[in-house]
Amino acid sequence: MSEKVWIAGGGVISGIGLDVPACIQSFRDMQPGMAAMQYLPSVHRNTFPVVEVKADNATLANMARMPENISRTALLSMIAAREAWQSTGLADISHYRVGFVSGNTVGGMDKTEDFFPDFLANPRGGRLHQVAHHECGSITELVADMLGIRHHVSTISTACSSGANALMYGARLIRNNIVDVVIAGGTDSLTRFTLNGFNTLMILDQQPCRPFDDTRTGLNLGEGAGYVVLVSDSLAAQLQPWCRLSGFANANDAYHQTASSPDGTGNYLAMKGALDMSGVQPQRIGYINLHGTGTQNNDVSEGIAINKLFAPHFPAMSSTKSFTGHTLGASGGIEAVFSALAVKEGIIYPNARFEHQMKELPFAPATTFSTGHDLQHVMSNSFGFGGNCSSLVFSKV
Amino acid sequence: MNIYINGTGCISPQDTAQGGPLLAAPREYEQVRLATVDPDYKQWIDVKQIRRMSRVVKMGVAAANLSLEAAGITLPDAIITGTAYGCLDDTGVFLTKMVNQQEEMLTPTAFIQSTHNTVAGQIALLLGCNGYNNTFVHRGFSFENALLDAIMILKEGTAKHILAGGMDEITNYSHQVLSRFGIYKKAPVKTMELLNSPDTGTIAGEGAAFFALGITKDPGTAAELTGVSTLYKPLWEGEVIGHIMKFLEDHHCTPADIDLLVTGRNGDIDQDEMYEEVAAALFPDHAEASFKHLCGEYPTAAAFGLWMANAIIAEQAVPEAAVFYGHAPQKINRILLYNHHQGTHHSFVLLTAC
Repeated sequence: MSEKVWIAGGGVISGIGLDVPACIQSFRDMQPGMAAMQYLPSVHRNTFPVVEVKADNATLANMARMPENISRTALLSMIAAREAWQSTGLADISHYRVGFVSGNTVGGMDKTEDFFPDFLANPRGGRLHQVAHHECGSITELVADMLGIRHHVSTISTACSSGANALMYGARLIRNNIVDVVIAGGTDSLTRFTLNGFNTLMILDQQPCRPFDDTRTGLNLGEGAGYVVLVSDSLAAQLQPWCRLSGFANANDAYHQTASSPDGTGNYLAMKGALDMSGVQPQRIGYINLHGTGTQNNDVSEGIAINKLFAPHFPAMSSTKSFTGHTLGASGGIEAVFSALAVKEGIIYPNARFEHQMKELPFAPATTFSTGHDLQHVMSNSFGFGGNCSSLVFSKV
Repeated sequence: MNIYINGTGCISPQDTAQGGPLLAAPREYEQVRLATVDPDYKQWIDVKQIRRMSRVVKMGVAAANLSLEAAGITLPDAIITGTAYGCLDDTGVFLTKMVNQQEEMLTPTAFIQSTHNTVAGQIALLLGCNGYNNTFVHRGFSFENALLDAIMILKEGTAKHILAGGMDEITNYSHQVLSRFGIYKKAPVKTMELLNSPDTGTIAGEGAAFFALGITKDPGTAAELTGVSTLYKPLWEGEVIGHIMKFLEDHHCTPADIDLLVTGRNGDIDQDEMYEEVAAALFPDHAEASFKHLCGEYPTAAAFGLWMANAIIAEQAVPEAAVFYGHAPQKINRILLYNHHQGTHHSFVLLTAC
């Protein structure tokens, strides 16, 4: 493969902060974002804690400079994508060949589920503008149009690995000289559809989630958006990039539509493939941002796959979902930003509420925030429904 | 590096699943909503599973299997799909129950199968394929992005065989909602007369088409997938024309090298205007074939168009039912497939006979 792909910047909006500095401050202060639902109307309001972005749609629309009545998924996307671009030092977007590749799973479902009761009562009922942006791709286009991006727009939906796969496709667009810059990541807003869906799977924790803890009983849903800005070698030379996207791989577990295989086959293949592409030996990875949802199934499969690949040299690792919740299609993007920043600033993020060692595993997650580490290589994992498993490796040079 | 179409499979409102000459007995409809002609899915899927699968999953799995069988491949190195709408049926089922039951007593099956990557995941599961697996959901570019991803990965040299396809389904809910946006004809039309319709609106369609792509050609391979390109929201027809010229130039050819133009005309007089402009400017004397009167309009209909274009190269003849204008030359060496979806998503695929 001819060209290197660099991370020139990033942006995040999540339940622990409206931008990257605010998120980092929440990690530093050990302030996770789990709370009772404040913005999503649901009968489960008092049952399941969630990690909402702490702002109503009017506030978000104001920040995004978009209309208040469009999907929250688009508002979140716009805010994080703009922060990502502005963090790079790149000039006006119209000066470059730019792509926007965004993952999401819900599209405009937050509006569609408001439309549906009236529509079910009467096929001519419900206001059409509520479903005008139902499609996942429509959310991406609202943001691309606002940013003035036309060279390449694409949307990926592979459940919880959508955001990570957006980085892979974006990197390939640059390596194939289709564009010079790609804003890549993902977005998702909380909806009753996903909340109730995960509830039927009985994997929602009624308490704040405990990833990689032996007593874990499920995940907390979150929302947000996260994007990195990928740039080509020639553009990187004019900037001060955070780090390099040195390796990535996507594999399928091919075991079950929603559950991970007990030995973490897909997880192992994704991590191994990403290491192989980066040319990095496992012992040189300094930190892993775990998929770490907090479900029984994910954490044991992921842990076993890590054990197989890394033993006996285990890097520091943690699940930042213990702060942000599981932001589904956004998680791969949000965690890519955290991971790239980890390389740049030497950060190891804390895994909140870890107390009990998992009996299946010989390692434990980091529990405190620390900086100043010399992290040459950082891995980020994103695994999802449909057996979709993806890993990314970020490297200093 | 050349990339070849080594096998294809298609489930559509035509009898495309059963093999035989292309469109030998075209089905004509007089309705604004076309439905797939379903093959016997038991050929590929266990009876118990069939009952739980929505139509888009079944048609996707079937088209995928047909293309692999045609290419003589049991296990591809990667599976990449494109679907604009995803699994609408299961989404509708879960949403309806959620509303009607006030978020109580819901069951997981419909939710599990509502995610957009269900088809790609099911194919991986049925084949036992641990390779790269991706799903693009970008409106009228969903299928084209899947093809582009496949081409880029094949060029990297990490995969030899990639299964790529596009699919979308219509449901009662989706048809009711899309009809309210005014994109379909107000009254039924005969599909063989659709492309001469004097007014706006088109007909709704659905289907799945898959392609077994490879870096080596087999004895049965008809065409090389020479290039794919997309153009988002062109400002005027001149931009489309310029994009096509650049696309052809990138692949070392000119309009004179194109033997057949395959277009996505859909019978909406406003939307078909663009095809007229492009044909007049670049391909005034070229033979033109069309396909949406056969499969209907949907965001991944270009997958049907590509399936048809590949078959035309294989048979070296344009079936009567697909002819829009003129006579293709004796030797059909190069086909340009030009499709646009709602005037905003324009895509171009270049095929070359092997």
